[in-house]
Amino acid sequence: MTGTPAPTPGSTSAPGTTSAEASAGSHWEELVTVALLGTTRRAPSGVTSRGDAPAALLDAAAVETVRRRAGMRPGRAAARIEPAAEDARPALPPAAARRLTMLLADRPGAGSGGRRGTAPDLMELLPQWLATANRQGFAAPPQALPALLDAARGRTDIRPAVLAFAGPRALWLARLNADWRFALRAAPGGGAVLPGPEEPERMRALWEEGLFAERVALLAAVRARDAGAARDLLSGTWASERAEDRLMFLDSLRTGLGAADEPFLERALADRSRNVRATAAELLSALPGSALAGRMAERAESCVAIDHTHGTHTTPTIAVEAPHECDSGMERDGVVVKAPAGRGERSWWFGQLVEAAPLGTWSRRLGGRTPEEIVALPVADDWQDELHAAWCRAAVRQRDPSWSRALLGTSAAPEAGGPGAVSLAERAKLLGTLSAEERAGWVAGFIAVHGLSEAFQLLGVCAVPWTGPLGRAVVDALNIARDAGSYPWSFSGVMGLAERCLDPAEAVRLEGLTAVPDESENAAPGAGGYWAESFQRLVTTLRLRAAIQTELTQR
Amino acid sequence: MTQQGVRWTADQVLALAPDTASRKAGSKLGAAGPWSEAGSSEEGTVWGLCKGSGSKPYRTVIDIADSTGPAYKCSCPSRKFPCKHALGLLLLWAGEDGAVPRGQAPDWADEWIEGRRKRADDKRAEDAAGSASAGDPEAARRRAERRAEAITAGASELEQRLTDLLRGGLASAEQRGYGLWEETAARMVDAQAPGLAARVRELGAIPSSGPGWPVRLLEECALLHLLDQGWLRRAALPDALAATVRYRIGLPGSADGPPVRDRWLVLAQYDTADSRLTTRRIWLYGTESGRTALLLSYGAAGRAPELTLPVGLSLEAELSAYPGAGQLRAALGERFAAPAPTEFRPPGVDVARAVARYGEALRDDPWLSSRPVTLARVIPTPDGDDWQLADADGEFALPLTPAARSRSGLWRLVALSGGAPVTVFGECGHRGFSPLTAWPEGPGEAVTLC
Repeated sequence: MTGTPAPTPGSTSAPGTTSAEASAGSHWEELVTVALLGTTRRAPSGVTSRGDAPAALLDAAAVETVRRRAGMRPGRAAARIEPAAEDARPALPPAAARRLTMLLADRPGAGSGGRRGTAPDLMELLPQWLATANRQGFAAPPQALPALLDAARGRTDIRPAVLAFAGPRALWLARLNADWRFALRAAPGGGAVLPGPEEPERMRALWEEGLFAERVALLAAVRARDAGAARDLLSGTWASERAEDRLMFLDSLRTGLGAADEPFLERALADRSRNVRATAAELLSALPGSALAGRMAERAESCVAIDHTHGTHTTPTIAVEAPHECDSGMERDGVVVKAPAGRGERSWWFGQLVEAAPLGTWSRRLGGRTPEEIVALPVADDWQDELHAAWCRAAVRQRDPSWSRALLGTSAAPEAGGPGAVSLAERAKLLGTLSAEERAGWVAGFIAVHGLSEAFQLLGVCAVPWTGPLGRAVVDALNIARDAGSYPWSFSGVMGLAERCLDPAEAVRLEGLTAVPDESENAAPGAGGYWAESFQRLVTTLRLRAAIQTELTQR
Repeated sequence: MTQQGVRWTADQVLALAPDTASRKAGSKLGAAGPWSEAGSSEEGTVWGLCKGSGSKPYRTVIDIADSTGPAYKCSCPSRKFPCKHALGLLLLWAGEDGAVPRGQAPDWADEWIEGRRKRADDKRAEDAAGSASAGDPEAARRRAERRAEAITAGASELEQRLTDLLRGGLASAEQRGYGLWEETAARMVDAQAPGLAARVRELGAIPSSGPGWPVRLLEECALLHLLDQGWLRRAALPDALAATVRYRIGLPGSADGPPVRDRWLVLAQYDTADSRLTTRRIWLYGTESGRTALLLSYGAAGRAPELTLPVGLSLEAELSAYPGAGQLRAALGERFAAPAPTEFRPPGVDVARAVARYGEALRDDPWLSSRPVTLARVIPTPDGDDWQLADADGEFALPLTPAARSRSGLWRLVALSGGAPVTVFGECGHRGFSPLTAWPEGPGEAVTLC
């Protein structure tokens, strides 16, 4: 029957259709046919006069329409879907659930573009909200899942946090809506729970038969739990893995890397794939006690010496004699033979040797000096940049705070302490090896002397929320920038960071900055108003973050 | 009731926003930062000072207990209504414990509230006096007669067009396109029959609406014919049915049913808009009387209608029904308290009963396209590319309407259910079921789906 209304009218779905219903159905079909063709071409049955035919047709159709609608019956239920897995986590406190609704309502494209004004950027607070909610172990409100998945669809950076918070029901939803397929790709095994240590059979089966993504996830999970078990899993199938897979698996050994991994890594140095060999060598060099580290130390030491004849006797100088060739032993230990364009190959090899040698080597080699003393030594023949840069890479790789500290120098120094070769990016990496407090203290000192224009990258490595001294340094520097008369948007990057990272408790101290100051002579026109607006936004955002924290942590 | 108890949810506050831009701007002001001297009173007044870009803070005050819906006053220059400051202040009030403490309203807020309440009292007195001597009854009667004549002429003309159409066949309507219907609709506007005009305009869209259009076109032509005939023979109809015909034609009725006092649960609120008008529909359920009622509120194009009742709250108020058999429309009379959260949920029925209720309602009003109903224990279930609501404990299911399938609310409903039974309020009709609000099986707030 053509074009029945959505819920089936009586005549189609009834199991035992009566003859009266069947004839009613055909009567309606006839009416539709006559209506389509027109009564001049075909007369409806039971109408004699041509003139009355349209009205009679409409009368009959009206009766049939109401009859059909009134006689509607529900359809058959389709096959039930498997319900979503239970989410055992506790529900959000009501205030936190309301806050989430507000944060998600502030989606990009939802009106008002242009200048930001005094209102906080709510979407930027979502990552922090999610991190706190995940730490507290709350379950997502089911009705918020579509908005959460939509947000994660547009922003890959928040996907892991969103998916962790969204839980099993989000994956269940993603299987029903093609827009959210990314959630299934991100989740190993389409969201199936990874086998735990109590299920060795399932673990072994998944490792041997699983998809690549599932196997990577499994290896990472096992490694985090039991480093040795993961290594055993990997070495069992190592020989039969494809080269690019071997590289990915090897990478997962970075977690919990230890001396026990050495024999396995040492074997991987003979791998067929160059990339696998290089990664194995890099991992071994991060183990100062490894045989490879020892070999590298020996090679590096032979290139560096104290030269007392060079300068005066009171100032010893470091002399560098770069290697003349890259032998097969060096190559086996991961030294890349071919230098990039524009670099001399001897200095290229030298850099790699120093980078891979344990930093403890140098104190021994250079007369028992401390890292500070070594870094302070002059270096002959323009080798200083090369040598210090290699030490920086070694300090980062071996996560050595005393060398990092020495290479960073004091933050107040004219070129920020570190040697000229040390770029901001490298300084940021060196800072990463220090404790959170020391890192913040160094950056605070840097900002106090050098201001904010270079500080963005360094601030990025500081722990959130910022420590008291760091927060004060940033606020003071912003205040100085304002008094200097520049526009606030020159500092929008730092302002944005401050909104997300400043300790909410600082809001009180910022109150005084939110007033519009009198325009000074050398200030850019209107700058004072814009600064007040920026500080207002900062204060509002901090208040909001404090509220978010309270809502999510009080039970 | 504690203060926590009478506060609204963020969703309920955001539902007041006139547009998405205001919703976004209001959300951003929903934190303590820009606010000072904020407070609220026992009587349902919320006030605060909001720091803007100027030197003087804006004064914002809201009366949530007003009998015609929340009322707002803000010293900002915005023409949005409510403005972002009012929304932000309500969010602050809804969101944070202690952010808007109980207190004594400052003079500037008090003045406004007093003024409003006095004007409202004056108006009530005026209305009472006005209804006693409603203008010149003779002139009103003559006006009504002239309009009835115009409608009769319009209905006759429309009958002529329908019979012409069926004489030539619906197939030819597809070729003639939209213009014919637009012109006819304009004639019905001239005839002062907006109900006929709206139905005629809808006819124009059917020939391009996909497979099965001849059936839908014949159905709607037949019902339009039925309405014409109902008007032309209204004198012979029972009073209640004649009132239904007048309502369907588009003649204004007056809500003169006896006032019914109840605690009315707000089941759903949603807007539909055309180029000239925004129509807001609010479904209410009487928790004591068990009656379902519809409130309508209108706003000019692009503006939110004034009446706003957040879903999930209940308000103690009087409702008066409009005339007409099978009509659920009512007018909101006196309110006795500000809307407050409630645990109450409407009782539901199964899918078969819901369909039968629509069929029964057609007895009183054959032009009815859907009827409000609450489904208990149904599971949103995919059915090919479509979705249906299937009885958790039976074998029957109701398909969703085409419009409901494309709304984002569908996914909120699916997410809420997670494959388990839920309670769903919506409109059940010949095109299927249109879900508007849902409740989880366990404890949990109402979730709006529209």
